[in-house]
Amino acid sequence: MAYTEEELKKELETKEYEYGFYTDIESETFPVGLNEDIVVAISRKKEEPEWMTEWRLEAFKAWKEMDEPEWANVQYAKPDFQAISYYSAPNSKPKYDSLDEVDPELLDTFKRLGISLDEQKKLAGVAVDIVIDSVSVATTFKKTLAEKGIIFCSISEAIKEHPELVKKYIGSIVPQKDNFYAALNSAVFSDGSFCYIPKGVRCPMELSTYFRINQAGTGQFERTLVIADEGSYVSYLEGCTAPSRDENQLHAAVVELIALDDAEIKYSTVQNWFPGGKDGVGGVFNFVTKRGLCEKNAKISWTQVETGSAVTWKYPSCILKGDNSIGEFYSIAVTNNYQQADTGTKMIHIGKNTRSTIISKGISAGKSQNSYRGLVQVNSRAKNARNFSQCDSLLMGNECGAHTFPYIEVKNKTAQIEHEATTSKIGEDQIFYCNQRGIETEKAIALIVNGFSKEVLNKLPMEFAVEAQKLLEISLEGSVG
Amino acid sequence: MLKINDLHARVEDKDILKGINLEVNAGEVHAIMGPNGSGKSTLASVIAGKEEFEVTQGNVVLDGEDLEDDAPEERAHKGIFLSFQYPVEIPGVSVTNFMKTAINESRKARGLEDMPAKEMLKLIREKSEMLEIDRKFLSRSLNEGFSGGEKKRNEIFQMAMLEPRLAILDETDSGLDIDALRIVANGVNKLKSKDNAVVVITHYQRLLEYIVPDFVHVLHNGKIVKSGGKELALELEEKGYDWIKNEAVV
Ligand SMILES: Nc1ncnc2c1ncn2[C@@H]1O[C@H](COP(=O)(O)OP(=O)(O)OP(=O)(O)O)[C@@H](O)[C@H]1O
Ligand SMILES: [Mg+2]
Repeated sequence: MAYTEEELKKELETKEYEYGFYTDIESETFPVGLNEDIVVAISRKKEEPEWMTEWRLEAFKAWKEMDEPEWANVQYAKPDFQAISYYSAPNSKPKYDSLDEVDPELLDTFKRLGISLDEQKKLAGVAVDIVIDSVSVATTFKKTLAEKGIIFCSISEAIKEHPELVKKYIGSIVPQKDNFYAALNSAVFSDGSFCYIPKGVRCPMELSTYFRINQAGTGQFERTLVIADEGSYVSYLEGCTAPSRDENQLHAAVVELIALDDAEIKYSTVQNWFPGGKDGVGGVFNFVTKRGLCEKNAKISWTQVETGSAVTWKYPSCILKGDNSIGEFYSIAVTNNYQQADTGTKMIHIGKNTRSTIISKGISAGKSQNSYRGLVQVNSRAKNARNFSQCDSLLMGNECGAHTFPYIEVKNKTAQIEHEATTSKIGEDQIFYCNQRGIETEKAIALIVNGFSKEVLNKLPMEFAVEAQKLLEISLEGSVG
Repeated sequence: MLKINDLHARVEDKDILKGINLEVNAGEVHAIMGPNGSGKSTLASVIAGKEEFEVTQGNVVLDGEDLEDDAPEERAHKGIFLSFQYPVEIPGVSVTNFMKTAINESRKARGLEDMPAKEMLKLIREKSEMLEIDRKFLSRSLNEGFSGGEKKRNEIFQMAMLEPRLAILDETDSGLDIDALRIVANGVNKLKSKDNAVVVITHYQRLLEYIVPDFVHVLHNGKIVKSGGKELALELEEKGYDWIKNEAVV
């Protein structure tokens, strides 16, 4: 088979979304539109206490006064917020004791996604809390965790069972008014995960959650809160796929991480939402606010593999408040066809001797646009702060774009900031070299891309790394030129 | 095994190969020599199926089958190996991972399962020892930051791993120091058998003292203008190419 530029391009264009199917599960869905009544109704539906309802309403008031941000290097038709239904729950409301009780069609969906529960359960050391649409339907390994005093449950459950923790920390890192999407999320968040690791406890397994958007036209507003108490450790995995839809689906999640003194949180994401068709129609809008706070000697690592979504707007950040705290950001962002990604991180150095590392790998193919946007801020009190940033871009073809927007604000002379950036292209010669050794072109691209992304892939927990490599392969099938 | 008939090839409207005829049988060693730019590497690339070159006339036949419709990887699966004059860097992909992928892809093409890890390790150990390659070297990114000689030795390591039926070595000797040349040449000789064949492209007689050719061909301006035994290489070393160029014009 010949691989001229034209043919490669064509082949790339015919790549369809792998997980493009839709599960027909009866759902209870609210009427479209957003107003105070809807916000209150969501809160009631979830049997929340009064303070939570008030908190949501406060957020809603703020949101009404805010405008959608336009500074990102992305272009899209703004969602009509009055055309979205803000609540959808699988009909089978109660939680199940065993898998047998779960809607078989739902289980089938998991199987087609390759994340069948029974398989997951067997995967030693992985606790799975699956969120389909908005309500958690299955939780496993809870007992083992409970023995250590670890709380891992849905945020709705946490609001009811552990109100003191939720009340103390929710919105403490990402305030309701933080930004347009965070405010929206605060008003209408449907569900999400909650995790608390007690003092000195090392969480014995990777905690993972699978998110999916399933209901046509239903916005998904997840809220995640992870608290690592003094001297504790947790590794948290988040991954998702979604069925293909014609209209755009809005996703505006908020993730808040709190690492108290000497604690460490590792937060890994593999994101593969529907990126839109090859003509650029449809796809998920992914506007996410992720932020973590490090107290003294604490460490937060964000690792992300982003292959999906039509439009991505996402900057997992670290506030390095405590002395000697460490923030890390490792990212692979792949864009193909008409996808647009504007992603990066913010490292805010406040404490003394704080350190941050940023490794960003952007891979663009087709007509996509891939932007890295990063802020390194060193405040006046942050003596001896250090940052190392490396942003590498890999281009396939001549119609895609890679952009780097590094912002550096330093208010303390003792800071050491290093920034490196490279841009390269997959060459025909590299492909031919692989071909000559018996490796076909798609495999060759996967190999080259995996090599390019290696520093980040190495940061992922084992089982996730395998999944991530597969994803990279799927997202870039046949794409070089 | 390999039969090249009246092969013409061009790139970007420039004719480079202008009627090559060559027959290589199992068990034979052929040397191809010729001035810079005469088309030696182009011939190697065309045999390996590089798309950049357009075959305008003639064909390449392997075991009686025209290779015209075979993609480069299919040719590789049929046992063609090219040691590149300029090996390409693949950052982040270790030599080991690259070889594992190459071997398993070839096995897949033959309907075989992946090679068991134990067997793979044994093979790697054996071949790296034969070519006196430090094991640490194999975990480095393919060709990235390799010295010229290291790249060439690594090409022959790959050849040893893949055990091709037809190996084309394009100036594998250039860049190798004296000891390395001997090690690499010995490696090639060990891999030689009555069932496979080697085509060495070189500028220097020295390599041919180690890998002794059955035939020597001179390529000039896209054509084989002279063929002979191993003594032809000596004659070239002594006299240069001018007399052949002149002969060719006559
Ligand atoms: N992609 C290309 N585009 C244009 N011209 C090319 C291309 N590839 C090769 N050529 C030309 O074809 C001719 C033959 O090149 P080739 O590399 O085959 O020579 P060679 O015999 O291997 O030379 P050397 O001994 O220097 O390695 C040269 O004039 C070269 O410039
Ligand atoms: Mg050459």
